Amino acid sequence: MPEEPEGEPTPEPGRAAASLEKLKILIVDDEPGMRTAVARALTGFTVSVDEIRTIVSFDLIQAASGEEAVLKLESEKPDLMLLDHKLPGITGLDVLAWLSDRKTDILIIMMTAYASIEAAVTATKKGAFDFLSKPFTPAELKASVRKAVGHLIALRRARMLEEERRRVRFQFISVLAHELKAPLAAIEGYLYVLKDPIACADTATRNLAVDRCLIRLGGMRKLILDLLDLTRLESGQRKREVQDVDLGEVARSSIETMTPDASARDITMELSMPDGAVVIPADRSEIEIVMNNLISNAVKYNRDGGSVGITISRRSPRVLIEVSDTGIGMSREESAKLFKEFVRIKNQKTRNILGSGLGLSIVQKIANIYGGTVEVESEPDVGSTFRVMLNPGATAVSPGTSGEVSGHELVKLEREA
Amino acid sequence: MAEISRRVMIVDDDPDFLEQMRMCLESRGYSVSSASSVQECENQLKETEPDVVVLDLMMDNEDDGFVLSYRIKKQFPKMPVIIVTSMTHETGMDFDETDDPGHWIKADAILAKPIRFEQLEREITRLMRERA
Repeated sequence: MPEEPEGEPTPEPGRAAASLEKLKILIVDDEPGMRTAVARALTGFTVSVDEIRTIVSFDLIQAASGEEAVLKLESEKPDLMLLDHKLPGITGLDVLAWLSDRKTDILIIMMTAYASIEAAVTATKKGAFDFLSKPFTPAELKASVRKAVGHLIALRRARMLEEERRRVRFQFISVLAHELKAPLAAIEGYLYVLKDPIACADTATRNLAVDRCLIRLGGMRKLILDLLDLTRLESGQRKREVQDVDLGEVARSSIETMTPDASARDITMELSMPDGAVVIPADRSEIEIVMNNLISNAVKYNRDGGSVGITISRRSPRVLIEVSDTGIGMSREESAKLFKEFVRIKNQKTRNILGSGLGLSIVQKIANIYGGTVEVESEPDVGSTFRVMLNPGATAVSPGTSGEVSGHELVKLEREA
Repeated sequence: MAEISRRVMIVDDDPDFLEQMRMCLESRGYSVSSASSVQECENQLKETEPDVVVLDLMMDNEDDGFVLSYRIKKQFPKMPVIIVTSMTHETGMDFDETDDPGHWIKADAILAKPIRFEQLEREITRLMRERA
């Protein structure tokens, strides 16, 4: 193998944030000279994977036969193998076949003197990642290794993300199961009370038991509906219908829906609007979900005789929806975790208020679709104000301008596809 | 026959469970007080001096029931404590009393949720009889 001046750029020392990773390469060739040349070319060689700011360096190990290679594959667990095609005992292809029965993500680069399309096809079919025909230059070797490393890192990263996704999903489902079980247990308990002739001899007890059952069933239905909203938002499968939506009209219809609950507790609701209708291009059902969640929270977490203020204003090009209440409020620590799924502020004051714990997390997801934000300002025992800023114009900007793909861009991509 | 005092205190963070037990116990002449946290229970304990305390194991913390039971026993060694828990079901943990020869769990009975009122009353009656 001809020598070549060291052309590989060494990583700049200024980029200290990059992390280091070491991969193990097994070099398999029956010619000692070949092994030495390959090892020499790769000594001190590094590959920088920019997407994950990682610099990869290598540990080199060698094997002189297919048999030795198999042993080292088992004991050393290399990440990458440079494998000679023609070996004295079992061949390179035999080693590939041995590997294909095992679950491993090792990448193999075949090295062979008989460069034929046929050999390459056979090796590739048996799982080789790349093919180097002898003689090759150190530059060709490095290019092949660089390609393999990029592939390997991307593969491992994808697997890690998938595992993380699975973990989050599992956690979501187990919390969900718990949240669905709780109302069932409560309803079951009341049914036993209703079956107990002594306990339910009293009409007031009977009524209370039935009322609590109805309330818990209502909470369960709300949870299921919220769950459906969330699933539709996250799957991106739902057909969004963007049309002109009059925010005042949506707010008025939400207020109407909440009126029975509010008047039962003497809570007044008031809508303030600028002159003229505030109309934005949006999916009406999404805006309804936002409005319903905010207004129903403002009623639920209010005090009897309190008030709810809904203010819609233009902040050109954005619009602001503000919903404030005169209720129990919350501490800074409590409001910090408010938007996470299934987080419900648990304390003496919220004990008898039912909620799915999904409402605000849905509101936030929808706000993201509109390039918007959700903020909360709250003081215990004084009240809370939720501010949803929507930027409907943002959905018109073409996606992919920055490397980071945000939630609303993803949704747009799906719609355009 | 003199009026027998039968005061039960129930400690659970589930308001519906509290309500259900109250409905069943009060209709049978028990006087019921309730608390929804360790703190609340401790605050009320001296004043109400119940004949039996029924505790949920998991409240704000996973082992609140054990902690509370331990403290009650320290302060009122003779006060019977019943722990109710859905833990056996959820974690597969088993609280067979024979497994606890050292009695580190300071409770007189452990009942697995979901419990039926009859079960609870049987334990309450037994413990009050033993204490008398």
